[in-house]
Amino acid sequence: MSLSNLIKNWSTLRVKRPYEDQYKDKDYKWAMVIDLDACTGCNACTTACYAENNLPVVGKEAFSKGQAMHWIRIERYWGEGDELPKFPDRGAQFLPMLCQQCESAPCEVVCPVGATHHTPDGLNSQVYNRCIGSRYCSANCPYKVRYFNWWQYPERAWPNPLEQQLNPDVTVRSKGVMEKCTFCVQRLVEAKNRARTEGRRVEDGEVTTACAQACPTSAITFGNLADNKSQVAKMWARQQVDLAKDKQEKSDENMRGYRIFEDLRTYPSIVYMERIRDLQA
Amino acid sequence: MIQATDEKDIEIERRFVPKAKDINDEIAWAQINKDVLRSMERPRLMYWVIFLASLALFGFGVYCEIYQYQNGMGAADLNNPQVWGWYIATFIFWIGMSHSGTLLSAILHIMHADWRKPIYRFAEAMTTFSLMTAGLFVLVHLGRVWEFYYVVAYPNERWAWPNFNSPLVWDATAIGTYLTSSIVFLYFGMIPDLAICRDNAKGVRKKFYWLLSLGWQGTDRQWANFRVAYLTVACFLIPLAVSVHSIVATDFAVSQQPGWHITSFPPYFVAGALYSGCAAIITLFIVLRYVFRFEEYMTMPILDKTCRLTFAIAMVWTYLNLVEYASVWYGDDPVAKQTLLFRATGDYATYWWAMNFLGSVVPFALAFKSLRNNIPVMLVVSLLLNLGMWLERFMIVTPTFAHGYYPWTWTDHWMPNWVQYGIVAGSFGWFSMLFMLFCKIFPTVSMYEVKEMVYHRFVARKARA
Repeated sequence: MSLSNLIKNWSTLRVKRPYEDQYKDKDYKWAMVIDLDACTGCNACTTACYAENNLPVVGKEAFSKGQAMHWIRIERYWGEGDELPKFPDRGAQFLPMLCQQCESAPCEVVCPVGATHHTPDGLNSQVYNRCIGSRYCSANCPYKVRYFNWWQYPERAWPNPLEQQLNPDVTVRSKGVMEKCTFCVQRLVEAKNRARTEGRRVEDGEVTTACAQACPTSAITFGNLADNKSQVAKMWARQQVDLAKDKQEKSDENMRGYRIFEDLRTYPSIVYMERIRDLQA
Repeated sequence: MIQATDEKDIEIERRFVPKAKDINDEIAWAQINKDVLRSMERPRLMYWVIFLASLALFGFGVYCEIYQYQNGMGAADLNNPQVWGWYIATFIFWIGMSHSGTLLSAILHIMHADWRKPIYRFAEAMTTFSLMTAGLFVLVHLGRVWEFYYVVAYPNERWAWPNFNSPLVWDATAIGTYLTSSIVFLYFGMIPDLAICRDNAKGVRKKFYWLLSLGWQGTDRQWANFRVAYLTVACFLIPLAVSVHSIVATDFAVSQQPGWHITSFPPYFVAGALYSGCAAIITLFIVLRYVFRFEEYMTMPILDKTCRLTFAIAMVWTYLNLVEYASVWYGDDPVAKQTLLFRATGDYATYWWAMNFLGSVVPFALAFKSLRNNIPVMLVVSLLLNLGMWLERFMIVTPTFAHGYYPWTWTDHWMPNWVQYGIVAGSFGWFSMLFMLFCKIFPTVSMYEVKEMVYHRFVARKARA
């Protein structure tokens, strides 16, 4: 913001997000599809995320206090109601939960210092150096996928020589800052830079997140929604999920694609594919 | 001829302005000076005992804060859904306490309610100190407190501004403005009294009051300017006081969480603020009256009026509280409704019912004249009301985190650990420490305004005779 902007009409600076065909002429809009039917709850994605993004292992005590740092977590849900079979007749339903990279993110509005903001390629990014740790973003996140550095983790999580295992492309966060899933932004930036030097767009399958890469059943699909030919864009289109709508109109009720808390108008970038439940099994 | 006009005036006064006698109009002006200055003399042993106890409590709070600063916020036993804990609840509590000083000194001033005059000074001091305490909580709660100035919109070489969409930025701005104006207002109102202190002090104190009284001589011109300035600041302060707590309410109302996303929050918070502040004024009124032997000035009719005011505000708060429940209950948000049910029946049900009882039922004690005039009862009731108001803030913050949108993060009975208890207790020590220092350095009763009250009676009596 410069001095000339101060005397401008400020309403022109306001970004309305999202709008129809927002990413039509853009090169990138990163998005994801998670097939719950394929998810076996093996936690490989979580482990891969810990390795890729320098997440500290907090230990048993802190974990039981709810101070864990897993950017992606596997949630377990048991049957509910009378007609559904319950444990132990039936196992848990798994749901991998990570930052939904909302297009209209509740966390971005309330951050007092603008440490969390939207990037042009549709990511909800977190600037660690700017964060003062007011935790308002976490308070306002309906998914509760923001993780705060409650302790000074680096020394205790990676004692010498374990710091050698850290990913050099990712910052190690100090105490008092908020962090969350970045869609492995370091990989995206690297791929984009490589593509730009070669004068092309990042191709589908050229880059993927650590969780999608590690998933043994390929339940997680990651890609560029702005590219119509990418697998993610095809899956979104097949499930008739529109990024800019808070209520999807589907031609077939049996379509499995849905987004979590759509009615809160957060416009998440992740489509979940409902699990097909065999009630007799 | 002149006598006839005077009799007419008295007749009008008798018919249309029937005032209960607030203070004894036989008091001489010199006696007022003497009584108030006596309260600022060398303290007794008991003062030091209580002062050191407050200091020790504050010291323990500082120790807890240092421990938390060095180890990280995890030391306070906060966790993923419970990210704010008691800090924000107590922050709202202290901000709320700060509102009644302005109510008494500014709003009642422009409404010419004379009974405020002997008691507004300490209420105004309470405003300032509780705002300072609330400011501390903003800092205590930050994860990286050493970067707190990022919230302030200051020009910097990178043109990096705070996010003006965020209610926390509004908060920081509003509280900063309110604190500055409150200090200015408190100081403005004290200048004539500081001159009296100057004239009666010796040694270092004389120098101190000489500096602070800004060469006050009591000339006509000074009084005229003083009146205009005081009224201007009073008018400036009233909208500020309302806006500050409305903005604190937007911290919650702007967010999306069930139980917070309610349009009626700003007036609800302002009513709650005035409520807890008035209750605190009753408490301090009774304490000061007893400690400094201010029976002549802090009289029972004034306490009676304060109690009636508190009762009225309590009923406004009760109404807005019911509006909040009703709008959630009849609203179309099943999650918010479930959060309300969780408050009433879940882990925190005891506190919820205690809050409603203390906030809405206990104030009915103020409706009975016999109870209003019973000082020990009023002391207990006023403390209970403030406990209820603290619980209200606790019930706003914690259950929403414990039972928000996302079922996976629903938590069991969360309560803070010793670090949070210590810091909250330390804040009370800090407040009482500051207040006790104030009592011994500055006059807690506005001498010149009490003289005005006596003066009017004096003229009226002379005319009548």
